[in-house]
Amino acid sequence: MSEVIVITSGKGGVGKTTTTANVGTGLAQLDKKVVLIDTDIGLRNLDVVMGLENRIVYNLVDVVEGNCRIKQALIKDKKYPNLALLPSAQTRDKSSVTPEQMKKLTAELREEFDYILLDCPAGIEQGFQNAIAGADRALVVTTPEVSAIRDADRIIGLLEANEIKQTQLIVNRLRMDMVKRGDMMTVEDVCEILAINLIGVVPDDEQIVISTNQGEPLVGTDALAGKAFANICKRIIGEEVPFLDLQKKASVFEKLANLFK
Amino acid sequence: MSLMDFFKKKNSGEVAVDRLKLVLVSDRANCSPEVMEKIKNDIIKVISKYMEIDADGLDIQITQTESESDNGKVPALYANIPIKEMRHS
Repeated sequence: MSEVIVITSGKGGVGKTTTTANVGTGLAQLDKKVVLIDTDIGLRNLDVVMGLENRIVYNLVDVVEGNCRIKQALIKDKKYPNLALLPSAQTRDKSSVTPEQMKKLTAELREEFDYILLDCPAGIEQGFQNAIAGADRALVVTTPEVSAIRDADRIIGLLEANEIKQTQLIVNRLRMDMVKRGDMMTVEDVCEILAINLIGVVPDDEQIVISTNQGEPLVGTDALAGKAFANICKRIIGEEVPFLDLQKKASVFEKLANLFK
Repeated sequence: MSLMDFFKKKNSGEVAVDRLKLVLVSDRANCSPEVMEKIKNDIIKVISKYMEIDADGLDIQITQTESESDNGKVPALYANIPIKEMRHS
């Protein structure tokens, strides 16, 4: 049975697009048929993060307006033939699509794909309403900062009001060194404040910047953030995976020991 | 700063948690600044019948408080109303 998952956050810049790219690629690595939809009309980004920006012919608005068939607009991933992207339109605005049209689109995609991931724009206006219209499940991305958490709380309320059945939290860009010295909220703090279930914790990792520069998602590599995203994917398909021990990375002693191996 | 202050000082992570908890209570209670302003003005009107109060120094906010009946925390309207003079009539 296929599932439509919206990745949302309220606040901009907390890692929705990066999460969509990595979770989508990770699910494809688990042999699922996956389609990513960029719903951020006017501010297209998922294509560059996936490294597929040169292959765009048609976009989401073309599909909705009937200028092309869905199949024509879907871009196949470079590495995984079971992963596709439906890019957003760059020269239009959020009002070019309605929630009803999004429901119809996701319903059609359900016939072909196991997972349909929607990359939601920042904000709570029409772009958000479009993105959540056809969703069964939501992943709320936040960072351990007051502004991001406050917005996440608002989003969680709106998801409830729109009867999204399952909402889970991803705490992104956690810095264990700062948590240790008490200068960053802990994952437990964030979960207690927002009162929803946690599905993953992604450490702040410079490898994410590097992989985004190259247009290749990090999931599946040995980088800590890559492993964290791989674990989130396994949890999405229903496996029970223990949370990563992020403390390990901070140990200077171990790093030294590794040098001499 | 004395050594005692150093030990007493909350680290910024705890400060963030405390501030967030407060702000989310009023966010969730859906009290806009306009509504709060109306409540404030009504309180001033009522109290002023009985005593002279410092309207500028009046401060109201929605906070959390331990519920008396069950164990959970409940929202509470907190008002700090400085009295200038009691009216004798």
